[in-house]
Amino acid sequence: MNTANTGLRIHRRLAPRLANAALAALALIVVLGMAEIVIGSGRIRWNVIVEYLFAPAVLNGVAMTLMLTLVSLLGSMVLGTILAAMRISHNRVLETIASAYVWFFRGTPVLVQVVFWFNLGLFLPQVTIGGLSLPINSLVTPTTAALLGLLLNVSAFMCEVIRGGLIAVDNGQTEAALSIGMTPTRALLRIVLPQAVRVIVPAAGNLAIDLLKATSLVYVIGTREILGTTQSIASQTFYVIEMLIVASLWYLFLVSIASFGQSRLETYLARGLSTAGRELPRPNLG
Amino acid sequence: MTFVQENHQDDIVRMKGLTKAFGSHLVLKGIDLTVRRGEASFIIGPSGSGKSTLLRCVNSLETYNDGALWVEDYLVGAEKRGDAWYEARPRVTAARRARIGMVFQRFNLFPNMTALDNVTSGLRMVLGQGRREAEDRGRELLDRVGLLDRAGAYPAQLSGGQQQRVAIARAIAARPSLILFDEPTSALDPELVGEVLAVMRDLVREGMTMMVVTHEIQFAEEVGDTVHFIDGGRVAESGTPADVIRASRHARTSEFLARIR
Repeated sequence: MNTANTGLRIHRRLAPRLANAALAALALIVVLGMAEIVIGSGRIRWNVIVEYLFAPAVLNGVAMTLMLTLVSLLGSMVLGTILAAMRISHNRVLETIASAYVWFFRGTPVLVQVVFWFNLGLFLPQVTIGGLSLPINSLVTPTTAALLGLLLNVSAFMCEVIRGGLIAVDNGQTEAALSIGMTPTRALLRIVLPQAVRVIVPAAGNLAIDLLKATSLVYVIGTREILGTTQSIASQTFYVIEMLIVASLWYLFLVSIASFGQSRLETYLARGLSTAGRELPRPNLG
Repeated sequence: MTFVQENHQDDIVRMKGLTKAFGSHLVLKGIDLTVRRGEASFIIGPSGSGKSTLLRCVNSLETYNDGALWVEDYLVGAEKRGDAWYEARPRVTAARRARIGMVFQRFNLFPNMTALDNVTSGLRMVLGQGRREAEDRGRELLDRVGLLDRAGAYPAQLSGGQQQRVAIARAIAARPSLILFDEPTSALDPELVGEVLAVMRDLVREGMTMMVVTHEIQFAEEVGDTVHFIDGGRVAESGTPADVIRASRHARTSEFLARIR
């Protein structure tokens, strides 16, 4: 690096660059070695993977996974916001109800909840809605049981993510909103929540990606999402590893899209805030 | 809660035996204080004496425990049904707050909105004005505080003094009948205090009713109609600036003034 016109020169250090190159080489060797073990075994029928990757049954599974993820996610945003508002309200009854909800649905595994909803008919065989009696088993299909289980579970986590965002916004914002005549509810929705979104998005993105993968759990109750479809193909054809690779490729693809969307959203939300997203000076390790 | 007679016509704010406790800590120990229409009322006193709490009771950012606090024709925190006063509904409290402007020590501008959107926020989101109508009024107000050219700037792009001027414009946007200033210059660098005081001086000249909690004694002396010295949750001394600041009768007042000058 030449500093302009001073005749001074700062020399590059060689050692960190050599160490970096060595690390990169080592990582490459490890990856290639693992690829050699997987591909070199000759046991994986790659043509099967190609054949099934876009098979109609698999694509239906992808659609089901997306539907389960999006409906649970959107539902959890609404339910999570309501629960978060209840938790930060100074109303003891609302606060307790929301806390109990979070305690229960965060405290039991999502798989247990999904199986529970699926088996609801065992202890509640009939429901009566407006004089009309319906058997539970006709209402709770694998899809509705999966949706119910995922939505109620992820809402508990979403509540905590949103609550974290809401309490990160300075209390002065609420006071300013109240002082111009907003009701507490309006202040929360119009002033605090939009600012909390910047804090909520990274954590909610994590949650969405977790949810996308957690939808695979519902294959145990026979829901035909990505894992359910690929497993059922595997059991008929014995392409066990191939079908797991097909499923993994789809999950990786969907998660990549979600991550990309999340980072675009974060950039968009940082607009107008001069300090947000600005890089800190860091030592040059290049 | 004890109730006293209805408010006097010319009084905008009237406190009678106002008491406030945080837990077991008594902050206000029976405040009697009146603010008349058009009056610039300054509240001074040592830190922790309850000045800000007193101010925040006026627009219900704090509740009070005992005594009575009237603003215009209503009892703060209560609404009248028949002959009896009931706890005010949130909607009623909100509508009352819309008639009282407030300027905070730390500005509390909405960081995700431009200066203009901050000023028009109450007009648009509370009074339901259309964007064009609100923005015409917003620009007029920004012009008054000398910041028309910064209408599109976000708070983070403004200096502290500029932010506080925007906050004042926001507080007066809905033509309130009273403005509360809670230490409006305490968070500012010394060289930025003057521009905020200049805007406040203009408001006093226009006859705006205001209650100002401040440590700017000279300013209180210059533009104040009345000064209340609060000490230990009580009004120690009230009167014109000349009485309270230049010829204070109480030892505590003189002591305090000597310390901060």
